[in-house]
Amino acid sequence: MLYIVITFLWTSILLYLLMGGADYGAGIIELFTSRKNKEVTRKTLYSAIGPIWEANHMWLIIAIVILFVGFPVIYSTMSVNLHIPLTIMLLGIIARGTAFTFRHYDAVVDDMQHIYNTIFAISSFITPLFLGIIAGSAVSGRIDPQADTFLSAYIFSWLHWFAVTVGLFTVSICGFLASVYLIGEADNEHDRLRFAHKAQFFNIAAVICGMLVFTAAYFEKIPLLDWVFGNWVGRIAIVSATSTLIYMWYLLYQGKIRLLRPLAGFQVTMILLTTTYEHFPNIVILKDGGYLSLLEHSGQEKTIQALGLALLIGSVFILPALFYLIYSFQKKPFSYRESH
Amino acid sequence: MDDFIAARSQMALSLGFHIIFSCIGMVMPFFMAVAHFYWLRTGQDVYKNVTKAWSQGVAIFFATGAVSGTVLSFELGLLWPGFMKHAGPIFGMPFSLEGTAFFIEAIALGFFLYGWDRFNKWFHWFTGVVVGVSGLASGILVVAANAWMNSPSGFDYVNGQYLNIDPIEAMFNDAWFTQALHMTIAAFVATGFAVAGVHAFMILKGQNVLFHTKSFTIAAFFGCAAAILQPLSGDLSAKDVAIRQPAKLAAMEAHFKTEKSASLIVGGIPDVKNKKVDYAIKLPGFLSFLAHGDFKSEVTGLDKIPAKNHPPVMITHFAFQMMVGSGMAMMLIAIIYFFSLWKQKRWLSSNWILKLFAIATPLGFIAVEAGWTVTEVGRQPWIIYNIMRTADAVTPMPGISYSFYLFSAIYISLAIIVIFMLYRQIKMVGKLYDKP
Ligand code: HDD
Ligand code: HEM
Ligand code: HEM
Repeated sequence: MLYIVITFLWTSILLYLLMGGADYGAGIIELFTSRKNKEVTRKTLYSAIGPIWEANHMWLIIAIVILFVGFPVIYSTMSVNLHIPLTIMLLGIIARGTAFTFRHYDAVVDDMQHIYNTIFAISSFITPLFLGIIAGSAVSGRIDPQADTFLSAYIFSWLHWFAVTVGLFTVSICGFLASVYLIGEADNEHDRLRFAHKAQFFNIAAVICGMLVFTAAYFEKIPLLDWVFGNWVGRIAIVSATSTLIYMWYLLYQGKIRLLRPLAGFQVTMILLTTTYEHFPNIVILKDGGYLSLLEHSGQEKTIQALGLALLIGSVFILPALFYLIYSFQKKPFSYRESH
Repeated sequence: MDDFIAARSQMALSLGFHIIFSCIGMVMPFFMAVAHFYWLRTGQDVYKNVTKAWSQGVAIFFATGAVSGTVLSFELGLLWPGFMKHAGPIFGMPFSLEGTAFFIEAIALGFFLYGWDRFNKWFHWFTGVVVGVSGLASGILVVAANAWMNSPSGFDYVNGQYLNIDPIEAMFNDAWFTQALHMTIAAFVATGFAVAGVHAFMILKGQNVLFHTKSFTIAAFFGCAAAILQPLSGDLSAKDVAIRQPAKLAAMEAHFKTEKSASLIVGGIPDVKNKKVDYAIKLPGFLSFLAHGDFKSEVTGLDKIPAKNHPPVMITHFAFQMMVGSGMAMMLIAIIYFFSLWKQKRWLSSNWILKLFAIATPLGFIAVEAGWTVTEVGRQPWIIYNIMRTADAVTPMPGISYSFYLFSAIYISLAIIVIFMLYRQIKMVGKLYDKP
């Protein structure tokens, strides 16, 4: 059962990265769009993610619940030592979720829209940045439960180059996912081309940020290279991600869009796989070389049993409904707005 | 500000904020389903307009409810890591089931809000009902988790160790049923009265009278029915508290001395130092009846409880008075409403009854906030009753007061924006939903 629970945890994180990530990315794109195209981008975005955006963010909640029910020590250690980035991420979530809704549901369209838009775009950037910082810090070996100064316990646990570059990498992945997603949602050739350019832009950004991550890891003595290339799974994953990337560029140039989404999803899945595989089951690496392990720091037998069961039963209800939702609201002939 | 106090205040603020949105998220879908049903059945446009107007408002509330809930699931760890380390695996069952409920709710909401004219109309209606049912389910589940903090079960506490954990037993702890029942009804009371009050106000102003009358009728009916049931369920809760948390009951009633035929006090100012209550109205024997269903029975007072385990009497007492007071007022209004529905139909459109509802707009939510204050403050100094002290659970991180100020600023701004948007929605009814 423990492995079932861990699979759910990993899958929720992956799906949050994919679906929530595309969702954040849409806001990031807005940040990098010239003023005259902003309105179109916004409309496409709204019709694309409006119906599913709440569902996208549920994956985070599922992941958190699995952590605090099944792996309470991991949850509380991270909550203590990463208090500050977690709080910033939360602020981002609040700002973004509300701004997104407010700008659509405000009955009067006036200057307030400008405020909502600004908040939305900025928080779309901040939130995944800190999400990445948190993920990077967890494995960076800087978390020190025994620390005795404020700085070493609560600041240096996350404020270092490795974590920051992982954050930037996450942001560019989100932008990439979103632009690929939106290519399929655009309703004319011009916009499609625009999103294709965005996809290339974020793709290059991701590659650059990825190199920065490796550089930071090298200087901060984090054995990232070993994690990624030290085993067969990692090597295969990296090779397949890279080769599909080349194929993807080819498709982009040809204007063929059918396969783009699955490919982008596949690449991100491979990235998450390589970065988690080698040091599984340790998801938090501590300063003294110790670690918090999913296998050793799990809750008692009965808890895991019940949790696994709840997740299995839940997915029977959720997955079909979710697929039907996504299927129903896939691209339609006209950009659809509610009738008011 | 002391970090510990800051952490408690931040938790209280976040929960007090969230509960408003969750009540609305639980109840409005049912109101909408009724209006929607009438529309599908009668084809009268006004019902469609009501449903649409409400659903726009609800979308705003949902988003705010969802983000404030997400914040809470992090805050449990950010503020109370000592608690979550032990409690997570025990009381986590309802949370893991709740995940499913939330998910279904979010999916159904997507269908409902964006599905107008796209699906079979009854399927579309049904998705609205699913939103409501899963909202209720998640409400009941979280309350079961909270009930566990009041009435911990499902584990053996041996030398500071939590052994033999049974999450199912923990979920069905002694308090879950009375608390969940009382909370569910409370959500209907609070939302019903708030919505009815706003529409009553608009009728009084003479704007879009038909639209607002239909809306008012639906909300008032639910709100009033629940308001009559609520004191009954509150009585069950009180009897339950008397058995499982005598200290809380004593604090609620500022009951300092253990005695037989204890009197219920109404109003009054507790004088904690001298262990008496000034200026109160006393109803002899009624506290014994409230607590144990027998006018003669003995009710434990604070004298039987070690001073270091006393909850804050002042806050708990005032909050309890506030809840019961608002509850009684709303029950009265509900009785008048049903009486006129039954015998005096013309009262229903008269100004005084509408004014009554307009004045009562905030009463339900006042009662909800007060009720939670009773439950949570009345549990102090324990975070897990009789097992773990709140002070031992708090995060070691210094500077929580800044986090509290930050979150206060955010919640205050959000509240202002939500009210502002609601005001705009209502102002635009004439233009958007009920064109003359
Ligand atoms: C519309 C809201 C509302 C109204 C009118 C009332 N209550 Fe209430 N009350 C709540 C809303 C509420 C609540 C917010 O829902 C609480 C907080 C926790 C809970 O389970 O319900 C609560 C808690 C609560 C508790 C504490 C339960 C516990 O700690 O486990 C008691 C003893 C009562 N109530 C009793 C009453 C009585 C005797 C009422 C008579 C009129 C009453 N309530 C009206
Ligand atoms: C939504 C309705 C709720 C409201 C309005 C509410 C209100 C409060 C208040 C006022 C406090 C501060 C008490 C004090 O420090 O004196 C508090 C504390 C707390 N509540 Fe609740 N509560 C609610 C529901 C819940 C639920 C469902 C849970 C958990 C499952 C919960 C968990 C806690 C925790 C962990 C604390 C901090 C520890 C403590 O002070 O005992 N609350 N809440
Ligand atoms: C008695 C107290 C509570 C009640 C009755 C309640 C009920 C609800 C309801 C009905 C919703 C869905 C409606 C909406 O989104 O507006 C909701 C949302 C949420 N609640 Fe609460 N809640 C309570 C306390 C808590 C606590 C203590 C937590 C966290 C530990 C929590 C976590 C959440 C989350 C994560 C969501 C968002 C889910 C979504 O996006 O639909 N709630 N709550």
